[in-house]
Amino acid sequence: MSAVIEEHHEHHDHKPSGIGRWLFSTNHKDIGTMYLWFSFIMFFVGGAMALVIRAELFQPGLQLVEPEFFNQMTTLHGLIMVFGVIMPGFVGLANWMVPMMIGAPDMALPRMNNWSFWLLPGAFGMLLASLVMSLMGMGSAPNFGWTFYAPLSTTYGPASTDYFIFSVHLMGISSIMGAINIIATIMNMRAPGMTYMKMPIFVWTWFITAYLLIAVMPVLAGVVTMMLMDRNFGTSFFNAAGGGDPVLFQHVFWFFGHPEVYIMILPAFGVVSQIVPTFARKKIFGYSSMVYATASIAFLSFIVWAHHMFTTGMPVAGELFFMYATMLIAIPTGVKVFNWVSTMWRGSMTFETPMLFAIAFIFLFTIGGFTGLMMCIAPADFQYHDTYFIVAHFHYVLATGAAFSIMAAVYFWIPKWTGNMYDEKLGKLHFWVTAISANVLFFPMHFVGLAGMPRRIPDYSLQFAEFNAMATVGAFVFGLSQLIFLYNVIKTIRGGVKATDRVWDGADGLEWTLPSPAPFHSFTTPPTLK
Amino acid sequence: MASQPNNIEGQNKNSNSRVIARLMFVVVGMFGFGFALVPLYDVFCDVTGINGKTGDQVTLAEDLQVDTSRVVEVEFIASLNDSMPWEFKPMVHSVKVHPGESTRIAYVAVNKTDRAIVGHAVPSVAPGRAAGYFQKTECFCFTEQKLEPGEEKEMPVIFVVDPELPDDVSQLALSYTFFIKPSGASKDTASLADNSNQEI
Repeated sequence: MSAVIEEHHEHHDHKPSGIGRWLFSTNHKDIGTMYLWFSFIMFFVGGAMALVIRAELFQPGLQLVEPEFFNQMTTLHGLIMVFGVIMPGFVGLANWMVPMMIGAPDMALPRMNNWSFWLLPGAFGMLLASLVMSLMGMGSAPNFGWTFYAPLSTTYGPASTDYFIFSVHLMGISSIMGAINIIATIMNMRAPGMTYMKMPIFVWTWFITAYLLIAVMPVLAGVVTMMLMDRNFGTSFFNAAGGGDPVLFQHVFWFFGHPEVYIMILPAFGVVSQIVPTFARKKIFGYSSMVYATASIAFLSFIVWAHHMFTTGMPVAGELFFMYATMLIAIPTGVKVFNWVSTMWRGSMTFETPMLFAIAFIFLFTIGGFTGLMMCIAPADFQYHDTYFIVAHFHYVLATGAAFSIMAAVYFWIPKWTGNMYDEKLGKLHFWVTAISANVLFFPMHFVGLAGMPRRIPDYSLQFAEFNAMATVGAFVFGLSQLIFLYNVIKTIRGGVKATDRVWDGADGLEWTLPSPAPFHSFTTPPTLK
Repeated sequence: MASQPNNIEGQNKNSNSRVIARLMFVVVGMFGFGFALVPLYDVFCDVTGINGKTGDQVTLAEDLQVDTSRVVEVEFIASLNDSMPWEFKPMVHSVKVHPGESTRIAYVAVNKTDRAIVGHAVPSVAPGRAAGYFQKTECFCFTEQKLEPGEEKEMPVIFVVDPELPDDVSQLALSYTFFIKPSGASKDTASLADNSNQEI
């Protein structure tokens, strides 16, 4: 394309129209929007499943659903939240923001970007189809927990397991292609003058997350392929009778699974690192240590996987190694928390909705991190493992952690995306109801877990009743309050107070030099950095 | 690469291709790594001696110095896989041996069903760190065992506890689990089992 045609293009800002605009999009903004809507819809689907779970657990006894169906709910809730909400949500944010933050016109591989997105509705359509079949009485949806351990999933899995495996393959391909795209974009398309150590922290965290994805999603593909082979082609990877070992499943799965949870949190760290400096009107404290800490966390995440397996009969030397390595991760994480707080120290702070969510993230994620530290003490983990203590831990880091950061990001960036300010009163209402109800929902889980309530059960002993009832009330308030968010988002898309280019008083970065809403094509000529 | 293109887009395409090629290499490599973990774990267990694997290979009987100053108690445990319908138990529950001294014990297995069944026993020694010091010179676990309907068979094990066994270990447990041998598989290969979709 010659320079003349590019300028011509810029003047027209011509968008394709109709359904083709979305089906065949090669535009990072449109694809980002699709990812974000997909994530939001999946949030309600997975959330509805959580409400089924919590409704059943409201009282001891089996009132509402059969245990077999309950197991399908817990499994699909986990799969949908992990692979359908958090991951696509962050990919959507990356698609929207990374090119604008580095002064690039689009992602490096716009057509592959399209395919990365459209694989997801296919994959989840397949997964949810097994649930529809189950509801119609034709077999069971996946019911073995989102961690699908063998031999429950191999020897004893329902027929839909093979569709589950195919679904996971498609999600994996989507993530891998997305990660390749992000790395190529960040490495090759930064505006002149934007060296690596000048990139916004959100770009850094996504850069590192993309490497983690490339490294471990293929291992997930490997483990589900091994499952497929054990189920259909007569192999015995996980079958002791044929010379295999169920514990091998756990090792290979968690080799993927542990970096996966860092994949789900590093972009959250990036979001918070963009929001806090903006509303403190102060540059991020310790930029380079934030970069190095993120890289250290990513590196360490590869050598701690067996802390999910402390109770499998590992030799003491193994337990010790994984315990010490896991404790190490607390250090760079602590550096990051310290730096966010230090950024706020003596800043000129205002507390708009994105900042409220970001501060809540820092506090609540740290609580989740502390319970993580408790669990990493191998002998203590024998009590915590497979109890509600674990459920409390990961919901604090994933729900009040990652999910809060996605909400924060949406409030933060939606004026740039739509050109309209969201309704601040509704935003604050959403924040307070969400934050309080989330704690009513998840905090009691610590207590029942310590008292011995196992996870993944539809019924429990009487002594756990009061805290379970509390959690269920919190769950329904939490779930319903997300409708406030939905309403606000739709309202903002349709209109509102016009946003300026800079939107926020303390905003800093290339993305805030663009008009709001950002034009369909932006930075078609690279910007000059100040 | 072909001659360097002289515009940004062309150069970007080149650098993109390089990045993509390298990353795809990593992707394929990590996929292979997942499968490579299967033999890698075996190697790791061999080298470190953990996991309680005593090996299903015969150890040659060497002349070892018998250490009469030390007594080690060896207990015998018999288990059956859920789908294995035999009865299986040790003839003695434990023996006290001197390290270096060759000892013979036996298990008994009975096939009370009406069909011939071929079984394969998998051994395990606890504690895991003692496994490397438990040498079997003859064992029914080295070969498949076929029992006709109603047949009862005595299954011997001849073993030696290595005198190098760490001093703080004075009790060992030898456990066997009998599985129905997967049809179509030879004993040594870990693949081609035909029992992956069993009914509960």
